[in-house]
Amino acid sequence: MKRVLAILLALSFALGTVTVGSFAFGPEPARAQEGPIQIRLWRHTSDLMPELEASRAAIEGFNESQDQWEIVWEELPQESYADSVSAAALSGDLPCVLDFDGPTVPNFAWSGYLMPLDDFVTDELLEDMLPSAVGRYAGHIWALGQFDAALAIFGRRSVLEENGIRIPQGLDDPWTLDEFNEILTTLASLDEFETAIDMFTFYSGEWWTYAFSPILQSFGGDLIDRETYLTAEGFLNGPEAIEWGEWFQWLFQSGLADPQAPDDQAFVQGRAALAYIGNWYYPVLYEAWGDDLVIMPVPDYGNGPAIGGGSWQWGISSTCEYPEGAWAFIEYIMQPEQVAAMSDATGLIPATFSGAELTENYSEGGKLRIFVEMSNAWAIMRPPTPGYPTISAVFENAAREIALGADVQDTLDDAVDAIDQDIADNDGYGFAEE
Amino acid sequence: MFGVIFGGKGNRLRRNEAITAWLMGAPAFLGLFVFLLLPFLLAIGLSFTNHRFISPNPTEFVGLRNYDRLLSVTIVTLEPLVDEETGELLRDENGNLMFPRSRSILRTEQYEGFGEWFTVDAFGKRYVIAAKDPKFMRSLVNNFIFSAIVVPLQSGLALLLALLINQRIPGVNVFRTIYFSPVVTSMVVISVVWVFLYNPDVGLINQFIQAVSFGRLGPFNWLGSAQSAMIAIIIMSIWQGVGFQMVIFLAGLQGIPQVLYEAAQVDGANAIQRFFYVTLPQLRNTIIFVAISTTILAFRLFTQVDVMTNGGPHDATTTVVFHMVEMGFRRQKIGYASAISVVFFLIVLAIALVQHRVMRSRSEV
Repeated sequence: MKRVLAILLALSFALGTVTVGSFAFGPEPARAQEGPIQIRLWRHTSDLMPELEASRAAIEGFNESQDQWEIVWEELPQESYADSVSAAALSGDLPCVLDFDGPTVPNFAWSGYLMPLDDFVTDELLEDMLPSAVGRYAGHIWALGQFDAALAIFGRRSVLEENGIRIPQGLDDPWTLDEFNEILTTLASLDEFETAIDMFTFYSGEWWTYAFSPILQSFGGDLIDRETYLTAEGFLNGPEAIEWGEWFQWLFQSGLADPQAPDDQAFVQGRAALAYIGNWYYPVLYEAWGDDLVIMPVPDYGNGPAIGGGSWQWGISSTCEYPEGAWAFIEYIMQPEQVAAMSDATGLIPATFSGAELTENYSEGGKLRIFVEMSNAWAIMRPPTPGYPTISAVFENAAREIALGADVQDTLDDAVDAIDQDIADNDGYGFAEE
Repeated sequence: MFGVIFGGKGNRLRRNEAITAWLMGAPAFLGLFVFLLLPFLLAIGLSFTNHRFISPNPTEFVGLRNYDRLLSVTIVTLEPLVDEETGELLRDENGNLMFPRSRSILRTEQYEGFGEWFTVDAFGKRYVIAAKDPKFMRSLVNNFIFSAIVVPLQSGLALLLALLINQRIPGVNVFRTIYFSPVVTSMVVISVVWVFLYNPDVGLINQFIQAVSFGRLGPFNWLGSAQSAMIAIIIMSIWQGVGFQMVIFLAGLQGIPQVLYEAAQVDGANAIQRFFYVTLPQLRNTIIFVAISTTILAFRLFTQVDVMTNGGPHDATTTVVFHMVEMGFRRQKIGYASAISVVFFLIVLAIALVQHRVMRSRSEV
């Protein structure tokens, strides 16, 4: 028995278990008797230092601009940010204001941890904003983003011109599917390059859904039925989705792109001729290729071009004691000057047109203006449903399998089954048929 | 220790000692209870519910649903396709019989929830082995394959290394440090480095293979093909973990009394005989410990898979722990992930107990 006990003990050490919830120890909001009322704020730490610094500057600016409220902020590691917020939500310890990655907003809203912002947001502000920076779910607004991100194809003018490849000038003349395929084949045949395009398969997690589900949509498929949000049948495994899958598989299996890239430097180091990546990567690419770098719109795969939308957005927790104060802060950072300052510091796309006008790169005629236009015209939000975490995980898995040569129809059928079962298990995530 | 605690019959001194022992153990017991036992008991409880990470729906008792979804397996027989006009069996270009798509049957109401695990063609029919969670089944199989290869290979290699560095030669500490250094390096870092080493275009391993074979072999897509991905992870894992077992063996070797070797030498035993009749029997307990702990460690395989392959290609490297994390955290199904952890615990416990019994009985013969 002693031996069994000892083994049990050793096992429990070794195996660990799925722990549920966690305890959050945080400073209680200090309630000063006099002076401004303190409001707690959380944000994720970003890989991009300038973003953090710009955010800190905005908070300090807000605190100095008035004496009614004082924002007290904490920065939490990005890798575990969603878990930290979930844990804090479970233990009722959410701060007043916090930022969320766009697609996670519906999950928190559905669970009742967010406060709708409809009464605060003015029509004027809404009209000024990129639609993809507004976090909507179930007919309400839950979060607003200061910036957005957009995908594009990056290339080198010299390489493209040398090989007689047409360079699209704007949103009116993106490459068509046939044209794109031909270009990829041409570029891959050059000795200079190992692959035609870097699809950044080095990244794992959200990148796969963010980057590759717009291609699926451009083929005419989708992740889920956007009318009911109750099934993926016929959308993720319909004929258009199969077409996407066949193309996606061809791209990787014929060596045009690396399905398991070892790093994110292939384009920078000249191993790949093109790069399919977002505007946040522009500074890195510009540093590598300077003015030879061209930014091109994503191809039209048949059903009109599409890119992902929805970056980090600010929301107010439902347990917030001073929503007016929290809103005062969000309103402050959504001012054109603040939006422009954030964009100038980070290179991210300003979420308001008035803010964009104040920046050098994104104003009318600016070098990066194309991103604002693409976001405005082509952005398709990742499905605003609380079931998104499952959809994203399942889609990433399916896309990886297809890229590595799995049977397209079988893989997508299995993905649909997994998504539909999850929706059924959760009583339709609030979209139940009436 | 248990003897001290429970054995004091009326002996006051011993009882005092027992109290002290419990007091001194209390912080550790409390920690074990709060952070290991309690979460595990919670996991058992949650495995019977549909608990989601966050949700406004109340957590409901769902009975054995999670276990049913985890463990259900069934066999579906497919008849070969027949040409409707001639009545002959259809054959593909290689002359093999053709069958309807397994999904077309598995996705009907009768087999709701089932997915294809694998198929076997025999006696002119195709048998589809379907499971409600084929990925869990594949994970379990992968875990067994991984352990069956890693445990003997890694333990044997560790013993060999331990014998090597148990010499009294100058500079041996340098080798001890070198062999042990991968163990103390972060697994994530090591995994990232090995992704580079295995890369077909820029990886050192492929370049080496090509160089020594004068370009006749390779490049191999180590992590990109279902045949080699698991082998690649096995090689890397053995390299990373072997230092740990080596150190334990080294300690075991150094605990063997020198007099035994001297006596054996006097009796005329050569080096090989000394190894088989002195060293190995003396290391018996060490070997049992190494085998069991390596098995448990092998079953925990996760980080390498998470960083290097994400379970792919085609589920060739998915493992139970990887599947559990995927279900529990990424898909937020805490109830289901708890059921996986309970089943997994029972499996590993059973293996450890069997291993223990077998090794002990063998040594008693």
